[in-house]
Amino acid sequence: MTQQTPLYQQHLELHGQMVDFAGWQLPARYQGVMEEHHAVRQAAGIFDVSHMTIVDISGADAAAFLRRLVANNIDKLTTPGKALYTCMLNEEGGILDDLIVYYFAEGDYRIVVNAATRAQDLIWIHQQAAGFEVDIAERAELALLAVQGPRAEQQLCQQMSEQADAIRSLKPFNALRDGETTIARTGYTGEDGFEIMLPAAAAVALWQGLIEAGVTPCGLGARDTLRLEAGMCLYGQDMDTSVSPLECGLGWTVAWEPQDRNFIGRDALEVQKSQGVTRQLVGLVIDQRTVMRSGYKVFVAGSEAGEITSGTFSPSLEKPIGMARVSSTVEAHCEVEIRGKRLPARVVKPVFVRRGKIQPGIA
Amino acid sequence: MSDIPKDLVYTESHEWLEEQDDGNWRVGITDHAQSQLGELVYVELPEVDAEIGSGDACGVVESVKAASDIYAPITGTIVAVNESLTDEPDLINTDCYGDGWLFDIKPDDSEQLEALLSADDYADLTSE
Repeated sequence: MTQQTPLYQQHLELHGQMVDFAGWQLPARYQGVMEEHHAVRQAAGIFDVSHMTIVDISGADAAAFLRRLVANNIDKLTTPGKALYTCMLNEEGGILDDLIVYYFAEGDYRIVVNAATRAQDLIWIHQQAAGFEVDIAERAELALLAVQGPRAEQQLCQQMSEQADAIRSLKPFNALRDGETTIARTGYTGEDGFEIMLPAAAAVALWQGLIEAGVTPCGLGARDTLRLEAGMCLYGQDMDTSVSPLECGLGWTVAWEPQDRNFIGRDALEVQKSQGVTRQLVGLVIDQRTVMRSGYKVFVAGSEAGEITSGTFSPSLEKPIGMARVSSTVEAHCEVEIRGKRLPARVVKPVFVRRGKIQPGIA
Repeated sequence: MSDIPKDLVYTESHEWLEEQDDGNWRVGITDHAQSQLGELVYVELPEVDAEIGSGDACGVVESVKAASDIYAPITGTIVAVNESLTDEPDLINTDCYGDGWLFDIKPDDSEQLEALLSADDYADLTSE
């Protein structure tokens, strides 16, 4: 059984190559991954990400519950509309999911979690809510569109002229709510852009307006190459319950202060922090034409040192790039085994491209 | 609908073959295959003089999203490979039956060629 988003007919009309993704029929690509990728880096692209799971968390204990539920601290959200990226951990410190928490008003929060983890996330969240006075409401009726790229603001303001001033003044990782529509300056591409949660009919109208205005429809393929170039982890690939945030470059999302905030997984992370982690997530670049894929093994001085978690051919660099989970001892160089051959790779900070620019030391 | 030239023969794994003037056979991947794969970014070809057996994985074509093996359609010896694909793998996307050819093979046993699919058979296969 696969589900369709409210934009399904639009994907078919645009000749999207439809695939099953986490139980949803979504376009892998329309015209081509390369073209869609470059459109987002240079102009603007639009993605249907309605498969993602939107959950409102409200009530007298909403803040107390979220302080316990996630590893980052929602007390950082002091102004309405502010958003926070965080991991949700199990007691062992393993990552159950990564998500964004939006704060709208006292006792009024929204989280957006991954589609692939929806069922287990909801079970976990309901289990953990025991004893808290909270209302947990999935908003499955809302669609979610991402408009991304240097021209995203201009394009979105044209379509949503009544909110244009508010959209322009929206800071990164902030959202505004207007009735059932929420516009957030967030994204998964490394470019400026917006994620808009809105009712299905309004989503179809906004989609069509943006397409007619020349915004490029983009599929899951470009979403993956863009997020990988931006160094953003993908749940289920670069992280899962077998790794903690400290082992996949997400230590910055763990709020250790205040020390008495007993978030789920804290004890395990404290132990890991004091003992030191043995694995790290790094970026890799190979300076010859090939492609790295997840699962390929990484070697240092002839010994196995880890494996690729995400890999692709970077459309911006025109080189193979990847993320790899490797031993903490790995430094500047390693080798990646590709079909029996070991090719030299450079170890880099896993942010390859941001805001249209290849980052220093990457190319 | 994908383009399936009538004068070529085909494999179930989406390669095409065409006899050359010198009796060798040119091999590429079909329009259907390139369209399913998307823009190709890397191609790995067999070495010239390599002896390959029918059905052997003898090369790889990769798009940003996936790697796919190329299978030897017949047993024989590689006599030429398309070096242009190293720098321009997308020739396969733009001209899969022309400039995007993969390699030429000298057949060991011409009877194997009779087992390959006609254009009509291949069209039936890809329309399923």
